[in-house]
Amino acid sequence: MNEPMVKFKDVHKSFGDVEVLKGINLDLMPAEKVAVIGPSGSGKTTIIRMLMTLEQPTSGSIIVDGENLWQMEKSGRLVTANEKHLRQVRGDIGMVFQHFNLFPHMTILQNCMTAPIHVKQENKASAKARAIEMLDKVGLGDKLDNYPSQISGGQKQRVAMARALVMRPKIMLFDEVTSALDPELVEEVLEVIRDIAHEGRMTMVLVTHEMEFARDIADRVLFLDKGVIAEQGTPSEVFGHSENERLDSFLRRFRR
Amino acid sequence: MNSWSWEVFFDAFPAVLEGLGITISLTIACYLFALVFGFGWTFIRRIPIKPIRWLIIWVMEFIRSTPPLVQLFFIFYAWPMVPVIGVALDPFTSAVLGLGIHYSTYIGEVYRSGIENVDSGQWEASTALNFSNRQKWTKIILPQAIPPTIPMLGNYLIIMFKEVPLASTIGVLGILSMANDYGAQYWRYLEPLTIVAILFLILSYPSAILINRLEKKMNRRFDKKTVLGRMNKGKGAVM
Repeated sequence: MNEPMVKFKDVHKSFGDVEVLKGINLDLMPAEKVAVIGPSGSGKTTIIRMLMTLEQPTSGSIIVDGENLWQMEKSGRLVTANEKHLRQVRGDIGMVFQHFNLFPHMTILQNCMTAPIHVKQENKASAKARAIEMLDKVGLGDKLDNYPSQISGGQKQRVAMARALVMRPKIMLFDEVTSALDPELVEEVLEVIRDIAHEGRMTMVLVTHEMEFARDIADRVLFLDKGVIAEQGTPSEVFGHSENERLDSFLRRFRR
Repeated sequence: MNSWSWEVFFDAFPAVLEGLGITISLTIACYLFALVFGFGWTFIRRIPIKPIRWLIIWVMEFIRSTPPLVQLFFIFYAWPMVPVIGVALDPFTSAVLGLGIHYSTYIGEVYRSGIENVDSGQWEASTALNFSNRQKWTKIILPQAIPPTIPMLGNYLIIMFKEVPLASTIGVLGILSMANDYGAQYWRYLEPLTIVAILFLILSYPSAILINRLEKKMNRRFDKKTVLGRMNKGKGAVM
Protein backbone atom coordinates (compact mmCIF):
# COMPACT_ATOMS: atom_id res chain seq x y z
CA MET A 1 0.00 0.00 0.00
CA ASN A 2 1.25 3.50 -0.72
CA GLU A 3 2.21 6.16 1.77
CA PRO A 4 -0.51 8.16 3.50
CA MET A 5 -1.29 11.55 2.01
CA VAL A 6 -1.81 13.04 5.45
CA LYS A 7 -0.67 11.78 8.81
CA PHE A 8 -1.80 13.17 12.18
CA LYS A 9 0.50 12.07 15.00
CA ASP A 10 -0.85 12.58 18.49
CA VAL A 11 -2.23 16.00 17.69
CA HIS A 12 -3.57 18.05 20.58
CA LYS A 13 -5.25 21.42 20.41
CA SER A 14 -6.31 23.71 23.22
CA PHE A 15 -8.04 27.04 23.08
CA GLY A 16 -7.04 28.67 26.34
CA ASP A 17 -7.83 26.15 29.07
CA VAL A 18 -10.13 24.10 26.92
CA GLU A 19 -8.57 21.12 25.22
CA VAL A 20 -10.69 20.46 22.15
CA LEU A 21 -8.54 17.74 20.60
CA LYS A 22 -6.93 15.20 22.89
CA GLY A 23 -4.53 13.20 20.79
CA ILE A 24 -5.62 12.62 17.21
CA ASN A 25 -3.88 9.87 15.26
CA LEU A 26 -5.06 9.59 11.74
CA ASP A 27 -3.82 8.48 8.32
CA LEU A 28 -5.52 9.70 5.18
CA MET A 29 -4.64 7.73 2.07
CA PRO A 30 -4.36 9.24 -1.41
CA ALA A 31 -7.80 9.54 -3.01
CA GLU A 32 -9.48 8.45 0.18
CA LYS A 33 -12.82 10.09 1.04
CA VAL A 34 -13.26 10.55 4.75
CA ALA A 35 -16.36 11.89 6.44
CA VAL A 36 -16.01 13.33 9.92
CA ILE A 37 -19.16 13.31 12.04
CA GLY A 38 -19.84 14.05 15.66
CA PRO A 39 -21.64 16.41 18.01
CA SER A 40 -20.88 20.11 17.82
CA GLY A 41 -17.88 21.09 19.90
CA SER A 42 -16.28 17.71 19.35
CA GLY A 43 -13.39 19.26 17.43
CA LYS A 44 -14.33 18.12 13.90
CA THR A 45 -13.76 21.47 12.29
CA THR A 46 -10.56 22.07 14.23
CA ILE A 47 -9.01 18.99 12.64
CA ILE A 48 -9.36 20.30 9.12
CA ARG A 49 -8.59 23.89 10.12
CA MET A 50 -5.23 22.71 11.44
CA LEU A 51 -4.60 20.88 8.19
CA MET A 52 -5.43 24.09 6.30
CA THR A 53 -2.98 25.94 8.62
CA LEU A 54 -5.74 28.14 10.02
CA GLU A 55 -5.09 26.85 13.53
CA GLN A 56 -1.80 25.76 14.97
CA PRO A 57 -1.75 22.47 16.90
CA THR A 58 -0.76 22.77 20.54
CA SER A 59 1.35 19.62 20.22
CA GLY A 60 1.86 16.70 17.90
CA SER A 61 2.62 16.81 14.21
CA ILE A 62 0.82 16.73 10.91
CA ILE A 63 2.62 15.29 7.90
CA VAL A 64 1.36 16.23 4.45
CA ASP A 65 2.71 14.22 1.54
CA GLY A 66 5.88 13.49 3.50
CA GLU A 67 6.40 17.08 4.70
CA ASN A 68 6.01 18.15 8.27
CA LEU A 69 3.35 20.86 8.07
CA TRP A 70 3.75 22.84 11.28
CA GLN A 71 7.42 22.25 11.98
CA MET A 72 10.58 22.72 10.02
CA GLU A 73 14.19 21.98 10.58
CA LYS A 74 16.41 24.89 11.41
CA SER A 75 20.07 24.30 12.27
CA GLY A 76 19.31 20.75 13.32
CA ARG A 77 16.35 21.56 15.54
CA LEU A 78 12.63 21.33 14.90
CA VAL A 79 11.06 24.76 15.14
CA THR A 80 7.62 26.12 14.40
CA ALA A 81 7.22 26.52 10.66
CA ASN A 82 7.44 30.00 9.23
CA GLU A 83 5.07 31.41 6.64
CA LYS A 84 7.37 30.42 3.79
CA HIS A 85 7.35 26.78 4.83
CA LEU A 86 3.61 26.81 5.39
CA ARG A 87 3.04 28.27 1.94
CA GLN A 88 5.10 25.53 0.41
CA VAL A 89 3.20 22.68 2.03
CA ARG A 90 -0.24 24.28 1.99
CA GLY A 91 -0.21 24.54 -1.81
CA ASP A 92 -1.51 20.98 -2.03
CA ILE A 93 -4.54 21.68 0.11
CA GLY A 94 -7.82 23.38 -0.74
CA MET A 95 -10.78 24.20 1.48
CA VAL A 96 -14.43 25.04 1.17
CA PHE A 97 -15.97 26.93 4.07
CA GLN A 98 -19.31 26.88 5.78
CA HIS A 99 -19.88 30.54 4.97
CA PHE A 100 -18.45 30.41 1.44
CA ASN A 101 -16.06 33.36 1.99
CA LEU A 102 -16.17 34.43 -1.62
CA PHE A 103 -14.40 37.68 -2.40
CA PRO A 104 -17.28 40.17 -2.63
CA HIS A 105 -15.34 42.73 -4.65
CA MET A 106 -14.68 40.31 -7.48
CA THR A 107 -16.94 38.71 -10.06
CA ILE A 108 -17.52 34.97 -9.97
CA LEU A 109 -14.95 34.55 -12.72
CA GLN A 110 -12.40 36.77 -10.98
CA ASN A 111 -12.93 34.82 -7.75
CA CYS A 112 -11.78 31.72 -9.59
CA MET A 113 -8.92 33.38 -11.48
CA THR A 114 -7.19 35.46 -8.86
CA ALA A 115 -5.32 32.73 -6.98
CA PRO A 116 -3.99 30.90 -10.08
CA ILE A 117 -2.77 34.22 -11.48
CA HIS A 118 -1.25 35.69 -8.32
CA VAL A 119 -0.26 32.62 -6.36
CA LYS A 120 0.70 30.24 -9.15
CA GLN A 121 1.75 32.89 -11.65
CA GLU A 122 -0.35 31.29 -14.37
CA ASN A 123 -0.94 33.43 -17.40
CA LYS A 124 -4.28 35.14 -17.60
CA ALA A 125 -5.65 33.30 -20.61
CA SER A 126 -5.05 29.83 -19.25
CA ALA A 127 -6.25 30.80 -15.78
CA LYS A 128 -9.43 32.12 -17.36
CA ALA A 129 -9.95 28.99 -19.43
CA ARG A 130 -9.45 26.81 -16.38
CA ALA A 131 -11.78 28.96 -14.26
CA ILE A 132 -14.51 28.80 -16.89
CA GLU A 133 -14.04 25.05 -17.17
CA MET A 134 -14.49 24.61 -13.42
CA LEU A 135 -17.43 26.99 -13.24
CA ASP A 136 -19.07 25.06 -16.06
CA LYS A 137 -18.45 21.91 -14.12
CA VAL A 138 -20.28 23.24 -11.08
CA GLY A 139 -23.07 24.49 -13.33
CA LEU A 140 -22.37 28.22 -13.15
CA GLY A 141 -20.94 28.88 -16.58
CA ASP A 142 -23.67 31.47 -17.13
CA LYS A 143 -22.87 33.54 -14.02
CA LEU A 144 -19.29 34.48 -14.79
CA ASP A 145 -19.76 38.24 -14.59
CA ASN A 146 -22.08 38.28 -11.61
CA TYR A 147 -20.93 39.35 -8.19
CA PRO A 148 -21.30 37.03 -5.20
CA SER A 149 -24.04 39.24 -3.77
CA GLN A 150 -26.15 38.52 -6.84
CA ILE A 151 -26.33 34.75 -6.55
CA SER A 152 -27.93 32.29 -4.12
CA GLY A 153 -26.19 30.54 -1.24
CA GLY A 154 -26.07 27.25 -3.10
CA GLN A 155 -24.54 28.96 -6.09
CA LYS A 156 -22.02 30.72 -3.87
CA GLN A 157 -20.93 27.44 -2.39
CA ARG A 158 -20.50 25.96 -5.85
CA VAL A 159 -18.36 28.93 -6.84
CA ALA A 160 -16.30 28.37 -3.70
CA MET A 161 -15.69 24.80 -4.84
CA ALA A 162 -14.67 25.91 -8.32
CA ARG A 163 -12.37 28.48 -6.75
CA ALA A 164 -10.64 25.75 -4.72
CA LEU A 165 -10.54 23.29 -7.61
CA VAL A 166 -8.75 25.61 -10.03
CA MET A 167 -5.72 25.33 -7.75
CA ARG A 168 -5.57 21.55 -8.42
CA PRO A 169 -5.26 20.55 -4.77
CA LYS A 170 -4.35 17.01 -3.83
CA ILE A 171 -6.41 17.32 -0.68
CA MET A 172 -9.80 19.01 -0.42
CA LEU A 173 -11.39 19.94 2.88
CA PHE A 174 -15.09 20.62 3.26
CA ASP A 175 -16.15 22.36 6.45
CA GLU A 176 -19.87 21.84 6.98
CA VAL A 177 -20.42 23.25 3.53
CA THR A 178 -24.20 22.85 3.57
CA SER A 179 -24.90 24.04 7.12
CA ALA A 180 -25.46 27.66 6.18
CA LEU A 181 -27.75 26.85 3.26
CA ASP A 182 -31.51 26.87 2.99
CA PRO A 183 -32.70 23.25 2.87
CA GLU A 184 -33.76 23.43 -0.76
CA LEU A 185 -30.26 24.49 -1.79
CA VAL A 186 -28.39 21.68 -0.07
CA GLU A 187 -28.84 19.06 -2.77
CA GLU A 188 -27.26 21.11 -5.58
CA VAL A 189 -24.12 21.49 -3.50
CA LEU A 190 -23.96 17.83 -2.48
CA GLU A 191 -24.41 16.90 -6.13
CA VAL A 192 -21.24 18.77 -7.05
CA ILE A 193 -19.27 17.17 -4.22
CA ARG A 194 -20.46 13.75 -5.37
CA ASP A 195 -19.19 14.51 -8.87
CA ILE A 196 -15.81 15.55 -7.54
CA ALA A 197 -15.64 12.50 -5.30
CA HIS A 198 -16.44 10.14 -8.16
CA GLU A 199 -13.55 11.46 -10.19
CA GLY A 200 -11.61 10.00 -7.33
CA ARG A 201 -8.24 11.69 -7.62
CA MET A 202 -8.23 13.87 -4.54
CA THR A 203 -8.08 13.01 -0.89
CA MET A 204 -11.23 14.48 0.58
CA VAL A 205 -12.17 15.23 4.16
CA LEU A 206 -15.75 16.23 4.78
CA VAL A 207 -16.94 17.57 8.09
CA THR A 208 -20.66 17.12 7.77
CA HIS A 209 -24.03 16.71 9.38
CA GLU A 210 -25.48 15.11 6.25
CA MET A 211 -25.44 11.47 7.35
CA GLU A 212 -27.01 10.06 4.21
CA PHE A 213 -24.50 11.88 2.13
CA ALA A 214 -21.59 10.72 4.30
CA ARG A 215 -22.77 7.13 3.94
CA ASP A 216 -22.99 7.58 0.16
CA ILE A 217 -19.62 8.93 -0.68
CA ALA A 218 -17.22 8.19 2.17
CA ASP A 219 -14.75 5.33 2.17
CA ARG A 220 -14.36 5.81 5.87
CA VAL A 221 -16.34 7.59 8.55
CA LEU A 222 -14.81 9.03 11.71
CA PHE A 223 -16.95 9.67 14.73
CA LEU A 224 -15.39 12.38 16.81
CA ASP A 225 -16.50 12.79 20.39
CA LYS A 226 -15.03 14.90 23.18
CA GLY A 227 -11.82 15.52 21.29
CA VAL A 228 -10.95 11.97 20.30
CA ILE A 229 -11.79 9.68 17.41
CA ALA A 230 -14.27 7.56 19.28
CA GLU A 231 -15.16 5.26 16.43
CA GLN A 232 -14.15 4.76 12.82
CA GLY A 233 -14.81 2.39 9.98
CA THR A 234 -16.59 1.95 6.69
CA PRO A 235 -19.95 3.68 6.45
CA SER A 236 -21.77 0.42 6.97
CA GLU A 237 -19.75 -0.32 10.09
CA VAL A 238 -20.30 3.11 11.59
CA PHE A 239 -23.89 3.59 10.53
CA GLY A 240 -24.79 -0.02 11.22
CA HIS A 241 -25.13 -1.29 14.74
CA SER A 242 -22.36 0.08 16.83
CA GLU A 243 -21.34 -0.91 20.30
CA ASN A 244 -20.50 2.70 21.02
CA GLU A 245 -23.27 4.21 23.05
CA ARG A 246 -22.36 7.83 22.31
CA LEU A 247 -22.31 7.14 18.57
CA ASP A 248 -25.59 5.35 18.83
CA SER A 249 -27.31 8.20 20.59
CA PHE A 250 -25.71 10.71 18.23
CA LEU A 251 -26.99 8.85 15.19
CA ARG A 252 -30.43 8.34 16.68
CA ARG A 253 -30.91 12.09 16.56
CA PHE A 254 -30.54 11.97 12.79
CA ARG A 255 -32.97 9.12 12.24
CA ARG A 256 -36.48 10.35 12.34
CA MET B 1 -17.96 104.94 8.90
CA ASN B 2 -17.16 101.32 9.48
CA SER B 3 -20.23 100.00 7.71
CA TRP B 4 -20.06 97.63 4.75
CA SER B 5 -18.43 99.05 1.63
CA TRP B 6 -18.59 97.29 -1.71
CA GLU B 7 -15.69 99.39 -2.83
CA VAL B 8 -13.49 97.89 -0.14
CA PHE B 9 -14.92 94.47 -0.91
CA PHE B 10 -13.84 94.61 -4.55
CA ASP B 11 -10.54 96.14 -3.64
CA ALA B 12 -9.78 93.47 -1.06
CA PHE B 13 -10.99 90.56 -3.17
CA PRO B 14 -7.91 90.13 -5.43
CA ALA B 15 -5.63 90.63 -2.43
CA VAL B 16 -7.31 87.87 -0.46
CA LEU B 17 -7.60 85.63 -3.52
CA GLU B 18 -3.81 85.69 -3.82
CA GLY B 19 -3.66 83.43 -0.80
CA LEU B 20 -6.07 80.87 -2.23
CA GLY B 21 -3.37 78.94 -4.07
CA ILE B 22 -1.41 78.49 -0.84
CA THR B 23 -4.51 77.52 1.15
CA ILE B 24 -5.49 74.88 -1.38
CA SER B 25 -2.01 73.49 -1.91
CA LEU B 26 -1.41 73.36 1.84
CA THR B 27 -4.70 71.51 2.28
CA ILE B 28 -3.74 68.97 -0.36
CA ALA B 29 -0.21 68.54 0.97
CA CYS B 30 -1.41 68.04 4.57
CA TYR B 31 -4.12 65.67 3.42
CA LEU B 32 -1.83 63.50 1.31
CA PHE B 33 0.66 63.40 4.15
CA ALA B 34 -2.10 62.31 6.54
CA LEU B 35 -3.38 59.65 4.13
CA VAL B 36 0.06 58.09 3.75
CA PHE B 37 1.12 58.48 7.36
CA GLY B 38 -2.26 57.09 8.45
CA PHE B 39 -1.32 53.82 6.80
CA GLY B 40 1.88 53.85 8.79
CA TRP B 41 -0.05 54.05 12.07
CA THR B 42 -2.43 51.34 10.97
CA PHE B 43 0.35 48.92 10.20
CA ILE B 44 2.66 49.55 13.13
CA ARG B 45 -0.35 49.18 15.41
CA ARG B 46 -0.65 45.64 14.11
CA ILE B 47 2.84 44.63 15.21
CA PRO B 48 2.18 41.60 17.41
CA ILE B 49 4.48 42.75 20.22
CA LYS B 50 2.41 44.14 23.07
CA PRO B 51 4.74 46.84 24.49
CA ILE B 52 5.26 48.29 21.01
CA ARG B 53 1.54 48.24 20.34
CA TRP B 54 0.81 49.99 23.63
CA LEU B 55 3.46 52.59 22.93
CA ILE B 56 1.99 53.31 19.49
CA ILE B 57 -1.54 53.54 20.85
CA TRP B 58 -0.35 55.88 23.56
CA VAL B 59 1.54 58.10 21.10
CA MET B 60 -1.51 58.28 18.84
CA GLU B 61 -3.71 59.17 21.79
CA PHE B 62 -1.25 61.85 22.83
CA ILE B 63 -1.19 63.41 19.38
CA ARG B 64 -4.97 63.37 19.17
CA SER B 65 -5.55 64.92 22.56
CA THR B 66 -3.16 67.81 22.04
CA PRO B 67 -4.46 70.81 20.09
CA PRO B 68 -3.11 70.99 16.54
CA LEU B 69 -2.18 74.63 17.17
CA VAL B 70 0.13 73.60 20.00
CA GLN B 71 1.73 70.98 17.76
CA LEU B 72 2.15 73.53 15.02
CA PHE B 73 3.86 75.96 17.38
CA PHE B 74 6.04 73.19 18.74
CA ILE B 75 7.26 72.10 15.34
CA PHE B 76 7.84 75.64 14.12
CA TYR B 77 9.22 77.37 17.22
CA ALA B 78 10.43 74.68 19.62
CA TRP B 79 11.73 71.93 17.33
CA PRO B 80 14.75 73.93 16.10
CA MET B 81 15.87 74.29 19.72
CA VAL B 82 15.79 70.59 20.45
CA PRO B 83 19.41 69.41 20.70
CA VAL B 84 20.80 67.06 18.03
CA ILE B 85 17.63 66.25 16.13
CA GLY B 86 16.18 69.75 16.02
CA VAL B 87 15.91 71.40 12.61
CA ALA B 88 14.46 74.72 11.57
CA LEU B 89 11.71 74.23 9.05
CA ASP B 90 9.99 76.76 6.82
CA PRO B 91 6.37 77.59 7.71
CA PHE B 92 4.82 75.56 4.91
CA THR B 93 6.75 72.39 5.77
CA SER B 94 6.03 72.87 9.46
CA ALA B 95 2.33 73.17 8.71
CA VAL B 96 2.35 70.04 6.54
CA LEU B 97 4.10 68.10 9.30
CA GLY B 98 1.98 69.51 12.12
CA LEU B 99 -1.46 69.17 10.57
CA GLY B 100 -0.47 66.09 8.58
CA ILE B 101 0.69 64.15 11.63
CA HIS B 102 -2.25 65.31 13.73
CA TYR B 103 -4.85 64.17 11.22
CA SER B 104 -2.95 61.02 10.27
CA THR B 105 -3.87 59.62 13.68
CA TYR B 106 -7.54 60.09 12.88
CA ILE B 107 -7.17 58.74 9.38
CA GLY B 108 -5.27 55.74 10.73
CA GLU B 109 -8.32 54.97 12.86
CA VAL B 110 -10.54 55.22 9.79
CA TYR B 111 -8.37 52.69 7.97
CA ARG B 112 -8.39 50.47 11.01
CA SER B 113 -12.16 50.45 11.24
CA GLY B 114 -12.33 49.60 7.54
CA ILE B 115 -9.90 46.73 7.95
CA GLU B 116 -11.64 45.38 11.03
CA ASN B 117 -14.93 45.39 9.19
CA VAL B 118 -13.62 42.87 6.69
CA ASP B 119 -14.93 39.46 7.69
CA SER B 120 -12.33 37.09 9.15
CA GLY B 121 -13.48 34.52 6.60
CA GLN B 122 -11.80 36.64 3.94
CA TRP B 123 -8.43 36.14 5.64
CA GLU B 124 -9.07 32.45 5.96
CA ALA B 125 -10.12 32.05 2.34
CA SER B 126 -7.03 33.87 1.16
CA THR B 127 -4.85 31.67 3.36
CA ALA B 128 -6.57 28.59 1.96
CA LEU B 129 -5.81 29.83 -1.56
CA ASN B 130 -2.20 30.28 -0.45
CA PHE B 131 -1.87 34.01 -1.06
CA SER B 132 1.26 35.59 0.38
CA ASN B 133 0.78 38.03 3.26
CA ARG B 134 1.39 40.93 0.95
CA GLN B 135 -1.11 39.66 -1.59
CA LYS B 136 -3.73 39.15 1.10
CA TRP B 137 -3.49 42.85 1.86
CA THR B 138 -3.28 44.19 -1.65
CA LYS B 139 -5.66 41.84 -3.48
CA ILE B 140 -8.19 40.85 -0.88
CA ILE B 141 -8.35 42.90 2.30
CA LEU B 142 -7.61 46.52 1.35
CA PRO B 143 -9.81 46.51 -1.77
CA GLN B 144 -12.67 45.63 0.57
CA ALA B 145 -11.61 47.73 3.54
CA ILE B 146 -10.92 51.07 1.87
CA PRO B 147 -13.91 51.82 -0.42
CA PRO B 148 -16.43 51.96 2.46
CA THR B 149 -14.20 54.47 4.25
CA ILE B 150 -13.95 56.86 1.29
CA PRO B 151 -16.83 59.08 2.49
CA MET B 152 -15.23 59.35 5.92
CA LEU B 153 -11.86 60.11 4.37
CA GLY B 154 -13.57 62.78 2.28
CA ASN B 155 -14.94 64.35 5.43
CA TYR B 156 -11.43 64.64 6.76
CA LEU B 157 -10.44 66.49 3.59
CA ILE B 158 -13.06 69.13 4.38
CA ILE B 159 -12.04 69.25 8.02
CA MET B 160 -8.42 69.64 6.94
CA PHE B 161 -9.38 72.48 4.60
CA LYS B 162 -11.04 74.28 7.48
CA GLU B 163 -8.07 73.71 9.80
CA VAL B 164 -5.46 75.00 7.39
CA PRO B 165 -5.96 78.67 8.44
CA LEU B 166 -4.21 77.68 11.68
CA ALA B 167 -1.04 77.81 9.61
CA SER B 168 -1.43 81.57 9.30
CA THR B 169 -0.24 81.74 12.90
CA ILE B 170 3.20 80.56 11.87
CA GLY B 171 3.24 82.72 8.75
CA VAL B 172 1.86 80.59 5.93
CA LEU B 173 0.27 83.17 3.67
CA GLY B 174 -3.10 81.65 2.93
CA ILE B 175 -6.33 83.58 2.45
CA LEU B 176 -6.74 84.28 6.16
CA SER B 177 -3.30 85.87 6.40
CA MET B 178 -3.99 87.89 3.30
CA ALA B 179 -7.27 89.15 4.72
CA ASN B 180 -5.62 89.91 8.01
CA ASP B 181 -2.83 91.83 6.33
CA TYR B 182 -5.33 93.80 4.31
CA GLY B 183 -7.21 94.62 7.48
CA ALA B 184 -4.10 95.72 9.29
CA GLN B 185 -3.04 97.88 6.38
CA TYR B 186 -6.33 99.71 5.76
CA TRP B 187 -8.03 99.15 9.09
CA ARG B 188 -10.89 97.38 7.31
CA TYR B 189 -11.54 93.85 8.53
CA LEU B 190 -15.22 93.33 7.75
CA GLU B 191 -14.93 92.93 4.00
CA PRO B 192 -11.75 90.88 3.69
CA LEU B 193 -12.79 88.45 6.43
CA THR B 194 -16.22 88.12 4.83
CA ILE B 195 -14.45 87.23 1.62
CA VAL B 196 -12.50 84.54 3.48
CA ALA B 197 -15.73 83.08 4.85
CA ILE B 198 -17.33 83.13 1.41
CA LEU B 199 -14.35 81.41 -0.20
CA PHE B 200 -14.42 78.66 2.42
CA LEU B 201 -18.13 78.21 1.92
CA ILE B 202 -17.82 78.07 -1.86
CA LEU B 203 -15.20 75.36 -1.64
CA SER B 204 -16.48 73.31 1.31
CA TYR B 205 -20.15 73.16 0.50
CA PRO B 206 -19.90 71.51 -2.93
CA SER B 207 -17.31 69.11 -1.52
CA ALA B 208 -19.70 68.17 1.27
CA ILE B 209 -22.44 67.48 -1.26
CA LEU B 210 -20.04 65.45 -3.35
CA ILE B 211 -19.02 63.37 -0.36
CA ASN B 212 -22.63 62.86 0.58
CA ARG B 213 -23.29 61.44 -2.88
CA LEU B 214 -20.22 59.28 -2.66
CA GLU B 215 -21.45 57.96 0.66
CA LYS B 216 -24.81 56.99 -0.81
CA LYS B 217 -23.09 55.36 -3.73
CA MET B 218 -20.83 53.33 -1.44
CA ASN B 219 -23.75 52.27 0.70
CA ARG B 220 -25.51 51.09 -2.41
CA ARG B 221 -22.51 49.23 -3.63
CA PHE B 222 -22.23 47.30 -0.43
CA ASP B 223 -25.92 46.69 -0.12
CA LYS B 224 -26.98 43.50 -1.76
CA LYS B 225 -30.57 44.32 -2.53
CA THR B 226 -29.94 47.61 -4.21
CA VAL B 227 -27.22 46.12 -6.34
CA LEU B 228 -29.58 43.37 -7.39
CA GLY B 229 -32.25 45.94 -8.12
CA ARG B 230 -29.94 47.85 -10.35
CA MET B 231 -28.89 44.70 -12.13
CA ASN B 232 -32.49 43.86 -12.88
CA LYS B 233 -32.96 47.22 -14.48
CA GLY B 234 -30.25 46.12 -16.86
CA LYS B 235 -27.77 48.80 -15.96
CA GLY B 236 -24.87 46.37 -15.90
CA ALA B 237 -22.52 45.40 -13.15
CA VAL B 238 -21.26 47.71 -10.50
CA MET B 239 -17.55 48.44 -10.27
